[in-house]
Amino acid sequence: MSIRIIEEKCTGCTLCVRACPFAAITMHEKLAVIGPECTLCGACVPACKFDAIELTVEKREPVDKTKYRNVWVVAEQKKGVVQSVTYELLGAGRELAKKRGSELHVVLLGTGMDGACDDLVARGADVVHYLDHPAFEHYQDEPYSRVLCRLMNAEKPEIVLCGATAIGRSLIPRVAVQINTGLTADCTGLEIAEDGGLMQIRPAFGGNIMATILTPDHRPQMATVRHKVMKEAKPDPKRKGKIVTVEPLKEDAYVRAKVVDLVEEIESTVNLAEADIIVSGGRGLGTPEGFKLIEDFALALGGAVGSSRAAVDAGWIPYSHQVGQTGKTVCPKLYVACGISGQIQHLVGMQSSDTIIAINKDREAPIFTVADYGIVGDLYKVIPAVIDRLNQR
Amino acid sequence: MDYQLTELQQEIRDIARQIAEEKIKPVRAAYDEDGNFPWDIVKVCADADLFAVFLPEAYGGLGGGIMELVVATEELSRACGGIALCLAASALGTIPIVLFGTDEQKQKYIPDLAAGKTVAAFALTEPAAGSDASAIQTTAVKDGDHYVINGLKQWITNGGEAGTYVVITMTDKTKGARGASAFLLEKGMEGFDFGKKENKMGIRGSTTRELIFRDCRVHKSQLLGREGMGFMVAMKTFDMSRPGVAAQALGIAQGALDEAITYARQREQFGHPIISFQGIQFKLAEMAMRVEAARALIYAVARSIDAGDTKCAKESAMTKTFASDVAMYVTTEAVQVLGGYGYMKEYPVEKMMRDAKITQIYEGTNEIQRGVIASNLIKEYASKK
Amino acid sequence: MKVVVCIKQVPDTTNVRINPETNTLIREGVESIVNPFDEYAIEEALRIKERLDEPVTTIAVTMGPPQAEAVLRQALSLGVDEAILLSDRAFAGSDTWATSYALSKMIEKIGDVDVVLCGKQAIDGDTAQVGPGIAVHLGVPQITFVKKIEELTPKKIRAERMMEEGYQVVESRLPVLLTVVKEINEPRLPSIRGKMRAKKAEIPTWTAANLDVKENSIGLKGSPTVVHKIYAPERKKDGRVLEGEPADVAVEIVSELKRLSLV
Repeated sequence: MSIRIIEEKCTGCTLCVRACPFAAITMHEKLAVIGPECTLCGACVPACKFDAIELTVEKREPVDKTKYRNVWVVAEQKKGVVQSVTYELLGAGRELAKKRGSELHVVLLGTGMDGACDDLVARGADVVHYLDHPAFEHYQDEPYSRVLCRLMNAEKPEIVLCGATAIGRSLIPRVAVQINTGLTADCTGLEIAEDGGLMQIRPAFGGNIMATILTPDHRPQMATVRHKVMKEAKPDPKRKGKIVTVEPLKEDAYVRAKVVDLVEEIESTVNLAEADIIVSGGRGLGTPEGFKLIEDFALALGGAVGSSRAAVDAGWIPYSHQVGQTGKTVCPKLYVACGISGQIQHLVGMQSSDTIIAINKDREAPIFTVADYGIVGDLYKVIPAVIDRLNQR
Repeated sequence: MDYQLTELQQEIRDIARQIAEEKIKPVRAAYDEDGNFPWDIVKVCADADLFAVFLPEAYGGLGGGIMELVVATEELSRACGGIALCLAASALGTIPIVLFGTDEQKQKYIPDLAAGKTVAAFALTEPAAGSDASAIQTTAVKDGDHYVINGLKQWITNGGEAGTYVVITMTDKTKGARGASAFLLEKGMEGFDFGKKENKMGIRGSTTRELIFRDCRVHKSQLLGREGMGFMVAMKTFDMSRPGVAAQALGIAQGALDEAITYARQREQFGHPIISFQGIQFKLAEMAMRVEAARALIYAVARSIDAGDTKCAKESAMTKTFASDVAMYVTTEAVQVLGGYGYMKEYPVEKMMRDAKITQIYEGTNEIQRGVIASNLIKEYASKK
Repeated sequence: MKVVVCIKQVPDTTNVRINPETNTLIREGVESIVNPFDEYAIEEALRIKERLDEPVTTIAVTMGPPQAEAVLRQALSLGVDEAILLSDRAFAGSDTWATSYALSKMIEKIGDVDVVLCGKQAIDGDTAQVGPGIAVHLGVPQITFVKKIEELTPKKIRAERMMEEGYQVVESRLPVLLTVVKEINEPRLPSIRGKMRAKKAEIPTWTAANLDVKENSIGLKGSPTVVHKIYAPERKKDGRVLEGEPADVAVEIVSELKRLSLV
């Protein structure tokens, strides 16, 4: 990334001087000059009324790949708790590191999380890079990406993994563009190719197609990884690892888009993305009261309640439960579709679930083409029988 | 087959079809069940400019004519004849203003109707005056610069929901057919009330109410046309609106045909999809033929009217009669094709059959229409020599 | 205020299939549509225009082949003020890095843009990377996964960003880039007047030469990632059908669940 003053356009108005949060711009003979304090934050660019400041992120020449080593995992933490996706990445990362004969590192940004660092070592991290600073308590785009870019450039990892979560998918694309490298989103598979490169395997076109992506000439190879696909690394308290303190720089905390509040919606938000088991109801329930049965079923299985679009449109259940193309995409361990015909728009939202059970009285319903177990029958008879059987055990 | 629609007509068809598929289909069963007025759908149609298609540009319309109204009504009716009726009946209440209104009256009422901000209704029928329209007993008695209206109108579509009403009253019983006058009334006028909402067999997505007039005073500027022109206002309006009703019937029939074919392709009996059986094939062929014939007749008459032909009363009556009979036939056969499932409320065809029936009854019963056709034939041949 | 909406023409992915023998996309019978998430972005741009007291100009842009013009016409038919197509062979083969670079240059050329709106992701690539990429190339802050704009003035914005367990409330100065999720609004349907107007509208096409782009930053050359291969996902083969008395079915299915350690 680079920045320059287009001298022909600069009028010496000093607007940029005032806009710069790091006092990096000074005037010399009525021309703006950008000094070494500049952090490339970009605040001066829109401040200039004459388009005289040009901020460019450009392609570098292909890098010397031999200088890049190790597999890095960007940990995700919320309210000081490491999220489970991080453990999945450690599991996958360890496999990759083994094949590359290199180390597994973790980056953790937060505050007051020394205990978590030990935990990450127990889960397989050879090195934990930990930055502890109040400004990093909650995720914010700019501070997190600023620090990550700096670490990537300094430490030169070969592979960088992060969860394909709301945080991961906001953060890593910024980093990848800024450090000029390739990023593959929402991977469901990671392998090492014969030439040592990372094969990034992911669904596209709504899951109708699988694609293998490579980053042949740039490093690090970055990938966000879908939650609940990889196996979690198991903790081994005897493991040893290094914890490295990352010193924050003064300008790291500078932020233009600031998080001012965090609102949890436990009742109205159904965290379908996290659920291991989902029981969904559709139009075949016939009436909104049918969702009572679905709730009972979900309770008996220890799962969450989902819905097809038809049931949401009919007003039987709130939109937050909707699974499908216009709702949420899920891939739980078990998905039970009750009274759902299986229109393609619904299938697109759940067809990558590990095990799918469908209950429908119409033998021809398309849901049966993706079900591992297809129960043809009246759900109002089948579901109570299954709940009974579950409670018997 | 390419129906040779103009660019405007194609846009209307595409948008109406999109609204039918995305907005009406998901809610039609619910509206059929609870009979509430579908204001949310009306708003969607209004925002899409569908209320403006047949109205003059000078008053906020798109400048189209009956053919544009036909295309819009047909597409919406394919999803639900009841909900589509909210638009078609509003057209029925607006056309008199277009045909007979003064410039002031047009400026006052048409823009809001074109924008769908409110809907219109047309009120002629009374408890004792259905087919025999001349037997209406609602009176409008002159009193200085006002008229005082007393009486009762029955089975008025959009009644109670509409903001604008065209009401046919008797101003002078002694003059017989020349003794009626049309008035423009607004919801909220004193002495103008509504009766209960009717509980209907079909088109339940449309709202039907009584209009009750008790010493309702209206200024003479609300007179539509001249005193004594009441029945002419009605007749001329019907000549133009009949293809619209026919289009509603056509849409209902097409929707039923679509359901029947889709079902017949999926349903397997005796090891085969039932569409492979000749018995079903012949049925579907007959249904499709009649639908196409109805469409051809309606489009031809609508286009003639728009071209300025004023002598289409007979053909106009034919569109309504033929299309409604086709709708009744096709929807009944569609239920038959779906068999047991067709009888269940879970499937949409039983509703379509209930919806189709009214099209043979209102806007002039098919018996009256046949009379109109016959009397026109007689006149024509009598004048031929 | 100037609001730019970045949209994309995508195949209707519910119908996209791969030929399992040749591993190429089957394009026949697949309609091209406006990326569904972008419809929400367009709607939000229109709502911003309606909500703010001051004049707002909305501009829809897309980078694509000449036929991508269709999505711009659709945006115009919904009420967007202007549309520009960025189309050039030189952009072919762009991955998200190169695409966000090109679009950012386009936005720079438009100039004085206050808000850039993008849909969360495109339903063909499914990456959700172009929005943030544009933000970095432009040097502006971003708010991703916006489910509601609480406040918007020419100086600042406050928006709710959807997270898994709830949402963050983020305040930012302008200019800013937003990516939006479907929870944000309900897109309107076009009006007939809008469609007739859009049919007649002039949509200029910009090429690489119109923009100040570096040759090695666009198209294939500018793309650090490459698609190595695509293939059909493994479909579940022959799921088991269970029928009969509910009590018997229940016994069978529960024992399967036990076997799979799901209960």
